[in-house]
Amino acid sequence: MGRRRSRPGSFEAVKGGGASIELDAGEISILRSLVVQLLELVGPGPGAADADADPLAELFAEGPSKPPEDPALARLFPDAYEEQADASEFRRFTENDLRARKRDDALAVVRCLDRGGPVLDLTPEESRQWLGTLNDLRLTIGAYLDITEEDDHGLYHLPDDDERKPMVVAYLWLGALQESLVETLMP
Amino acid sequence: MEPVETERTESSEAPSAVPEPDVPWVTIVHNDPVNLMSYVTYVFQTYFGYSKGKATKLMEDVHYKGRAVVSSGTREEMERDVQAMHGYGLWATLSQDR
Repeated sequence: MGRRRSRPGSFEAVKGGGASIELDAGEISILRSLVVQLLELVGPGPGAADADADPLAELFAEGPSKPPEDPALARLFPDAYEEQADASEFRRFTENDLRARKRDDALAVVRCLDRGGPVLDLTPEESRQWLGTLNDLRLTIGAYLDITEEDDHGLYHLPDDDERKPMVVAYLWLGALQESLVETLMP
Repeated sequence: MEPVETERTESSEAPSAVPEPDVPWVTIVHNDPVNLMSYVTYVFQTYFGYSKGKATKLMEDVHYKGRAVVSSGTREEMERDVQAMHGYGLWATLSQDR
């Protein structure tokens, strides 16, 4: 099958692996800003901040035992067990690692965006990192907007002057981006 | 962030019920309103190596029934799977299958 010619704004599979997308300068700028905000939100995580100077200390640093209070972080780093003691134990040994991986993926997206557009070519590894970051962004915005299955808050029919409208528009746009990227990765 | 509280939590909570050694553990994925159906199917195919049919069936169970058991095994294996699911942004827990 040949490569479909530019449907601007959505991902196309590239022969031999990877994906390609055409974004205009405004879209690149908005996406970059959202990813940077995600990076700031995820951060190094509690308990990991002062370990920077010593890689060995970082290796043995224990993570937090309680779920984050921020609703988006709580969704990105959920409890693994229903029993609180088990959940705390698991979190101490996994959350910092999970934060680091999400941060690495988001940083890879920023680096890719900084290569400049309009056409962005992603390697298979970058496609995977973009997919994770787009999903993390949607989870984050979804948590702040309190997105529900049945759209209980009428978020998809907001008047133009509602302050949540730009976030809803961004959420839907990220969903379309992610949907087209998943298609290129389907085994 | 709060080392003092961490210790208090650790010592004040009762140990969880003693697990029965022969009963397998399971990884459960819960429905959420954000994850795309195509993405969840992709994750099940990519991480577990399930066929498109099996991955789609599990995704539908998550979506329509609210949750689905996606793997089973030892506790350590299920902790690995749950951590991987969290890495993908899916809402997953593990528990002993009784």
